[in-house]
Amino acid sequence: MAVEFSKESKAHFEEILTRYPKKRAAIMPTLWLAQKDFGYLSHEVLAYVAELIEESPAFVASVASFYTMYYKKPMGRHHVQVCTNLSCALVGSDNIVNCIKEKLGIGLGETTPDGKFSLDEVECLASCGTGPMMQIDDDYWEGLTTEKTLEILEKLAAG
Amino acid sequence: MSEKILLRHEDVANLRELDVYVSDGGYATALRVLKEREPEDIIEEVKASGLRGRGGAGFPTGMKWGFLPKDNPLRYLCVNADESEPGTFKDRQILEHNPHLLLESMVLAAYAIKCHKAYIYIRGEFAQGAKILEEAVREAVAGGHLGEDIYGTGFDLDVVVHRGAGAYICGEETGLIESLEGKRAYPRVKPPFPAVYGVFGAPTIVNNVETLCCVRPILERGAQWFKTIGPEKSPGPKLYCVSGHVERPGVYELPMGTNLRELIYDHCGGIPGGKKLKAVIPGGSSVPIFTADEIDVNMDFDSIAAAGSLLGSCGTIVMNEDTCMVRALRIIARFYRHESCGQCTPCREGTGWLERLMIGLEDGGANDRDVDLLMQVADNMMGNTVCVLADAAAMPTKSFVTKFRSEFEEHLQHGGCPQRSAEAMRASAHA
Ligand SMILES: Cc1cc2nc3c(=O)[nH]c(=O)nc-3n(C[C@H](O)[C@H](O)[C@H](O)COP(=O)(O)O)c2cc1C
Ligand code: SF4
Ligand code: FES
Repeated sequence: MAVEFSKESKAHFEEILTRYPKKRAAIMPTLWLAQKDFGYLSHEVLAYVAELIEESPAFVASVASFYTMYYKKPMGRHHVQVCTNLSCALVGSDNIVNCIKEKLGIGLGETTPDGKFSLDEVECLASCGTGPMMQIDDDYWEGLTTEKTLEILEKLAAG
Repeated sequence: MSEKILLRHEDVANLRELDVYVSDGGYATALRVLKEREPEDIIEEVKASGLRGRGGAGFPTGMKWGFLPKDNPLRYLCVNADESEPGTFKDRQILEHNPHLLLESMVLAAYAIKCHKAYIYIRGEFAQGAKILEEAVREAVAGGHLGEDIYGTGFDLDVVVHRGAGAYICGEETGLIESLEGKRAYPRVKPPFPAVYGVFGAPTIVNNVETLCCVRPILERGAQWFKTIGPEKSPGPKLYCVSGHVERPGVYELPMGTNLRELIYDHCGGIPGGKKLKAVIPGGSSVPIFTADEIDVNMDFDSIAAAGSLLGSCGTIVMNEDTCMVRALRIIARFYRHESCGQCTPCREGTGWLERLMIGLEDGGANDRDVDLLMQVADNMMGNTVCVLADAAAMPTKSFVTKFRSEFEEHLQHGGCPQRSAEAMRASAHA
């Protein structure tokens, strides 16, 4: 079946178009919308966005590939991203990464076999004064200890 | 300066909500200025205040606004809310807790530069911040503070929140503009500067969140008041982000020109666990490092530059005596390699070299000449590229190697890190 936005997302897309004087500028918000609806940006999804925006699929794919937050492959239900930049490293982000790897039994860039969690390290998330920290989906978790980290993961695993 | 201007939300609960903001005097300045003053007069007042950009370069804000060509009525205001410089976490405070201060300041700035469309470019990771801003925009439109015919003055301002999607280079103002146009964020060759040729081909002003948030206070209390805070050549309140090995990390609002030693020892309570200070990066990971002996410096654009570093984004990263400088620089090198947009050969290749050399030094496998090679690679990256990200990778490299050379040599001789730096960092975290 060809990919298509829900009626609600179509209306949202029409509203996005009104924000910019040029259609092409709607690419980023439309990719966000597509990622929300379809989970990740497959070739079909990119082609669909290209059609909506009236740009070539190759152009849309090249834009999507530039930005790390657009998923090019299926991801776990929860995306765990630990900041390992300098300020967080100084206060022990290595511990947090190791504790999560052990708990989930996966390495960086991997997804658990049950599809619940994907794990990555990320660059500074502007939370340096409350490190170590991680982002899970849209939420920041700050001032982490290994105990707190495990508790958060367990809660999500149960949910 | 005990009264908080930019971090007023720390003194007033729920300032994020429109009715609280309004009952605290919010939007009164916008109302008064739109009804009573001329745009040119606002630009003059901002010029007179001496306000300089808080995004990194310290460029005089009023002067930038004055560069807009007079003949083109179409122009845009872009707020740089990409905050991605490692060690920097100040704009996020305002976005999440005091969004109306930004919106009111945007109304004032847009009125001054006669602009009717503004974009807030917010980094993709700030999903919460984007939600809060969008809600604040809706509230402000409903309350008549934004949108069409604001306060019945005939002045319109439409504000759009535009989310990035994870790329440090979108913080560079022309990368931001390209990204906003729906492209890869490849920085543009300058000139022309955005004030002449910006987003969608129109004259554009790009300002940092904190810079803009100084505009309402300046127009509320006057340029003269602003100038009484901090040094004459870079006045005003300033947000200092302090992280790493201090007792009380956080964002501090203090006068521009606050002494770095006082910031670390008085405001942040010094180094935990009775440890000694080793080094401080004063302005985000892109700027040269200070050793413990170099911290008697005032934190304003000119004083820090005179001392050999940069105020940058004011991300102050504090490192105690246990910190391995090779490890620290390796993390910095990884960041710039990851974030180079790849347009310019010296930057694309150079950042890759820097990281590989640093991995060799920390993990073993480096050659005798590699410390010199680090310096050479860094030298060759400077001043040759479309934007200054290449310099931002080269500057810390040169200063780390110059100031901590013996530690780098030690790693060479040892064939890797002599003290398993990761262990030391972990231990100090729990000290
Ligand atoms: C690589 C790079 C990254 C930057 N990142 C940011 C950023 O995240 N936020 C910001 O406000 N300015 C950033 N800047 C500075 C902007 O290019 C620009 O100078 C600033 O937005 C101008 O606003 P101001 O005059 O109010 O400081 C960056 C510059 C470079 C070269
Ligand atoms: S200096 Fe680096 S980041 Fe800047 S434009 Fe060139 S390649 Fe891109
Ligand atoms: S270094 Fe981790 S949030 Fe900034």
